[in-house]
Amino acid sequence: MPLLEVKGLKIYYFTLRGVVKAVDNVSFTLEKGESLAIVGESGSGKSTLGYGLIRLVPPPGRIVEGEIILDGTDLTKLPESRIRREIRWKRISMVFQGALNALNPVKRVGDQIVDAILAHESVTKKEALQRAMELLKAVGIDPRRVNNYPHEFSGGMKQRVVIAMALALNPDIVIADEPTTALDVVVQAQILNLLKKLKQERKMSIILITHDLSLVAELADKVVIMYGGKLVEIGSSDDIYTDPKHPYTKGLMASIPRLGGKKELYWIPGNPPDLRSPPPGCRFHPRCPYAMDICRVKEPPYYNIKDVSVACWLFEEKKSGG
Amino acid sequence: MSTYSYKDLILFGEGLKVYFSLARSLTEVLTFKKGRNVRAVDGVNIYLPRNKVTCLVGESGCGKTTLGRSIIGLIRPTEGRIYYKPSKELEELMEKEGVPKREDFYDITDVSGKIYKLLRRELQIVFQDPYGSLNPRMTVKEILEEPLIIHGIGESEDERLEMVIKALTDVKLTPPEEFLNLYPFQLSGGQRQRVNIARALILGAKVVVADEPVSMLDVSIRAEILKLMLDLKENRDLTYLFITHDLAVASIICDYINIMYLGKIVERGPTDEVIKNPKHPYTQALLVAVPQPDPKGRWVIKEVPIKGEVPSAINIPPGCRFHPRCLYAMDICQREEPPEYLVGKDHYSACWLHKEKK
Repeated sequence: MPLLEVKGLKIYYFTLRGVVKAVDNVSFTLEKGESLAIVGESGSGKSTLGYGLIRLVPPPGRIVEGEIILDGTDLTKLPESRIRREIRWKRISMVFQGALNALNPVKRVGDQIVDAILAHESVTKKEALQRAMELLKAVGIDPRRVNNYPHEFSGGMKQRVVIAMALALNPDIVIADEPTTALDVVVQAQILNLLKKLKQERKMSIILITHDLSLVAELADKVVIMYGGKLVEIGSSDDIYTDPKHPYTKGLMASIPRLGGKKELYWIPGNPPDLRSPPPGCRFHPRCPYAMDICRVKEPPYYNIKDVSVACWLFEEKKSGG
Repeated sequence: MSTYSYKDLILFGEGLKVYFSLARSLTEVLTFKKGRNVRAVDGVNIYLPRNKVTCLVGESGCGKTTLGRSIIGLIRPTEGRIYYKPSKELEELMEKEGVPKREDFYDITDVSGKIYKLLRRELQIVFQDPYGSLNPRMTVKEILEEPLIIHGIGESEDERLEMVIKALTDVKLTPPEEFLNLYPFQLSGGQRQRVNIARALILGAKVVVADEPVSMLDVSIRAEILKLMLDLKENRDLTYLFITHDLAVASIICDYINIMYLGKIVERGPTDEVIKNPKHPYTQALLVAVPQPDPKGRWVIKEVPIKGEVPSAINIPPGCRFHPRCLYAMDICQREEPPEYLVGKDHYSACWLHKEKK
């Protein structure tokens, strides 16, 4: 049984100007010790999906349908009080986007980690502080700095503190939402190393939310590609990188700037859809070079090709054509 | 001096320093401590070959934006000179005003207000943030018309409108009529950046400083904007200083690359040379750190050959400023600042290691 199973999840925002289907019928599984990347452009619903998993979708957003099953318990059915006490941070924690602003500037970093521990466990403050120091050590920060304020740390170190905070209750799953966007490449490489170590040594499951496919390759075992609120392709990163199936995935792969690669520029023409009125049929059809008549009217089902699952009509053709 | 032939250049700066002074605290004033400076740009030579893309790559806080702004006169350098080869029209005027000259270049570091205004038409900038750099209360037409009005170009509103339409067509915002009356919030990020480019070019720019123009755009549309910029460069004989932190992007679009660290250019040369054969330890570390789109990398803990963190630009380490982070640091590195060594064709690296090898 997988550690986490998401089934037919729908998260909509009920805005005054219409319903935004930010996450529309998304399913995937995550094993213990596995890292999964959710990849998409801005507005693809990837962050909403991440927030949904710890039931933190901001209003007017709401989980409309679907199941989030963690170890046999459906999180969508639990009352908020139990989520807060038993699940959030304890089982699934999150490294928020823009982590540089995620720390309280007028509170010592140690106390901030202690708060998280005391909110969930009946330990003394002293014990909690001891744990906080161990956590700082685990993420590569001198434990003596436990009494420093956030402004005394550099960007990369703040990011480490935020990761330490996410690890405070030894969760099974850590969701990292664009954990390195504001960081320079050298620091980014260090943070990636840290996440790789946590995964290997603690058998932690990681969900990485990002738009950067180079970053994904450095960490993820499995990749989910989102487009306009839909999951369009899912598979192992080996499969997705060597043989992308969906035209959108192909386009994304081709548009990665590669160091020392070909000096050609490739992009996907057009703009991402407005999720208040997404195009009918396949949401990618207005930008798709292979769009057929059926793509404009009917949404594609998922086709399983070996271990990859892809939502695209092109594979119907191949099936019927033998 | 570089081996760049002067005749290929359009603009260059030598010995550039830009210092920002910090406010002294009361204790510092009372103890007669000297005021401290942020040495954002600390002795830089930069050369822009005409009709080429020159990149300036560095981490945040290394002074790349300050350098970019200073060479087009948006920030006055504390020290150093900037030389520019202007258009015929402006050249006549500069000749008449007696602007100091060096070969074919005019020293534009201190020029009169009149010349500065004319220079501004030729030296332009595209800002990083496509959301913050357009006035949200002006329509696309007003945004593009404003520079024309300020510079007194176009006899009538109709004539200016024609220029605005032409500018929109040039950046492929077509049909232009549909965009004229839109406000920035009605445009996508990519469209906004096109408006920014159109605004930079509408006065007939020759040199454009592009400060991270695509870093805030979605991956799938970045290349489209870069391609547009490269096409415009070909069609209009533009020269770019392209500021970025992304070495992968730089390796694709730049002809020349400058690697900047803490206010200094530590390595510069033709892009392929620098990327395939990096000489400075800092450049080598940066190249290792760039994430690669290869899923096999997930099994490897990457050893980046660098230690510590970037020091503050207020307390720049003595000697080679990179030495506290360098794995190869020697005694001399702590005492003396390394000169630039020629390490390949047009390829320079400021590191004492090259002296050893000699």
